Amino acid sequence: MTGLRGFAWLLLLQSAGELLAHGLHLPFPGPVVGMVLLLFALGFKAVREPVAACADYLLSHLSLLFVPVGVGVMTHLSLISEYGLRMLLAIVLSTWIGLAVTALVLRALTRHAPEQARD
Amino acid sequence: MPKFVELWVYLSTTPLFGLTATLVVYVLAHALYVRLQQAPWANPVLWTVIAIAGGLLATGIPYPTYFSGAQFIHFLLGPAVVALAWPLWQRREELRRRWAPLLLAALAGGAASAGSALALGWAFGLPADVLLSLASKSVTAPVAMGIAEKIGGIPALAAVFAVLTGIVGALSGKYLFDLLRISTTPAGWMARGFALGTTSHGLGAARALQVNADAGAYAGLALGLQVVLASLLIPLLFRWL
Repeated sequence: MTGLRGFAWLLLLQSAGELLAHGLHLPFPGPVVGMVLLLFALGFKAVREPVAACADYLLSHLSLLFVPVGVGVMTHLSLISEYGLRMLLAIVLSTWIGLAVTALVLRALTRHAPEQARD
Repeated sequence: MPKFVELWVYLSTTPLFGLTATLVVYVLAHALYVRLQQAPWANPVLWTVIAIAGGLLATGIPYPTYFSGAQFIHFLLGPAVVALAWPLWQRREELRRRWAPLLLAALAGGAASAGSALALGWAFGLPADVLLSLASKSVTAPVAMGIAEKIGGIPALAAVFAVLTGIVGALSGKYLFDLLRISTTPAGWMARGFALGTTSHGLGAARALQVNADAGAYAGLALGLQVVLASLLIPLLFRWL
């Protein structure tokens, strides 16, 4: 029941996010606004406990949720046969550049910071 | 035998088919992934997508028929994006302590990823709407679709690019980090996880989470940050250009 209550909170905040995003013509997608709303709502124990139970489960299976969209690649076969290799090359190379830049920048910026005690 | 064909034709058009196929194939692919000691190349999303797309093409079942069932799983992406506030909230102390280097790394990584994708795509002569769908490739798929819609890309293509980017990061991140000599100390796991979350969003974070708890937490933080930064900055930049 706790998990179900958490799911209700997630849907409620997503709906609020959609309403705000569309009503105020915000540049963010609705679920992103919902995420920011939840960030504030998590300060309340009544929200935090049910959401924690549900969010951990939902996020531990996050990669499954990408399958339906991924299968959609089959609807772009003509685009793929024409540009597939070039698109793939652009994606692979830019992903490596992104990974390298993020990791190196973060390492450079935190290298001289004293190592914090970790639990 | 004809009776069986008739039954299959009936079943393959109900939403039950798409939903069942997605779950069953993924569960099998995931079991195989665990069996292979979570080798990056055995990524369950990659093989599930290949198996289902291949199966649909071979049997001639159209994508909308499949999606009528798979949409129930797809729908959960919305609440999952909202739920990303939870790992962010859990790490709020770290965020407060190291907000400057983390924010800078997120900005630099996001800009490098989107910028290099646009530059490479442009150099390779990709059409404009494909190019615009590349800009949001480092943001989790549902948000990438929203961004692509706002800047004139193709939402469905943007989602596929985002998923591909996620798979590439999850597949090759480890080797790239080893090559760059990013350590496997707590600070190194932070850099590895944060980079995976920044560049390869949910799929990178899922991979990081399986390898190391610290890396997973920072990946979740990075992907949440990237969602906010990209959905604010990319549409603004394109409006201004």
